[in-house]
Amino acid sequence: MAADTTTHAPALLTFLLRLADDNLVLAQRLGAAISWMPDVEDDVAVANLCLDHLGQARNFYTYAGRVEGAGRTEDDLAMLRGEREMLNAVLVEQPNGDFAHTVVRQLFADAYQVPLYEALTASADPELAAIAAKAAKEARYHLRWSSTWAIRLGDGTDESHRRMQAAVDGLWSFTADLFATDGAEAELAAAGVAPDMDLIRARFDATVAEVLAEATLAVPTDTYQRIGGRTGYHTEHLGHLLPEMQSLYRAHPGAEW
Amino acid sequence: MSYHVPRAEGEIDPTFSGGATGGYPLWEVFIRAKRGLNHVHAGSVHAPDAETAVLAARDVYTRRSEGVSIWVVRSTHIHASDPDEADAFFDSDKPYRHPTFYEIPEEVGHM
Repeated sequence: MAADTTTHAPALLTFLLRLADDNLVLAQRLGAAISWMPDVEDDVAVANLCLDHLGQARNFYTYAGRVEGAGRTEDDLAMLRGEREMLNAVLVEQPNGDFAHTVVRQLFADAYQVPLYEALTASADPELAAIAAKAAKEARYHLRWSSTWAIRLGDGTDESHRRMQAAVDGLWSFTADLFATDGAEAELAAAGVAPDMDLIRARFDATVAEVLAEATLAVPTDTYQRIGGRTGYHTEHLGHLLPEMQSLYRAHPGAEW
Repeated sequence: MSYHVPRAEGEIDPTFSGGATGGYPLWEVFIRAKRGLNHVHAGSVHAPDAETAVLAARDVYTRRSEGVSIWVVRSTHIHASDPDEADAFFDSDKPYRHPTFYEIPEEVGHM
């Protein structure tokens, strides 16, 4: 195992759980969106998004379990951690809402994950780089799906434009949490394991600005931002999502099906 | 309510109405399984425009690595032969049109 993995194990574990939890919670939301999309084509599309995010979460959890070295499996990390232990950004736990909210939440998540994964392919940690290489391909497709719909709906009818702007305005205050850090990312960046999150933020801003401009949607100027997810302080929604997701595994630990 | 999608001009029939799915035109999907093969009809999807139709086709018909290339075409642009005229169109009782009456030298092998 690479030297940086053992040197920075606590920071790497935190970072991996943030990556994994983002994907697991978003996958859970997208799974619940299946059959609620406007057409059957997009029911299939969100199912694909869901499974991609779940696969990414599994890779990050499995690696996190090895870095932790305490014998916890991917299932243990996903299904036996409570709300205060979950390190996902508050964006991904927000409800599906209408199709506009599902699309905009995905757009913001994709605009964050694409540059993050692309940067991680150059990580000094070869395992992290390998996971990111596969995830980056998936994230680029996700961004294509979400930006296509954002543009169609934002620059569509009066009603679709109104709903899209409402979703952008409603979800904007959860975007800064994607980049919130307690120092783990900076420590890993210094070791070449993780990228400089300021650079990821810059690419996120550029992508969002470009897509929203083409969608004739305004980037919110409201600067209030709700952060805390990265250190376990969540909005009220995660507390409802977790029991539904975890109840079976908690009732039947180690269950296989 | 007017339907206006500037980047896809001409692709939306403004007379469409009704529910979301009922309002989208139908597209025929052709998938090329690998380089060198032809695009083969795979099915159809509903989508508001060509770009969205390609995304939908990718999600519906290439989930299990079925393809390397996708074509979509509006179903209304397909002109089909008339089933009632099948006899006249497809009279197959002309064996002399098959190249089975030539002697192929052994050196040529399989053609």
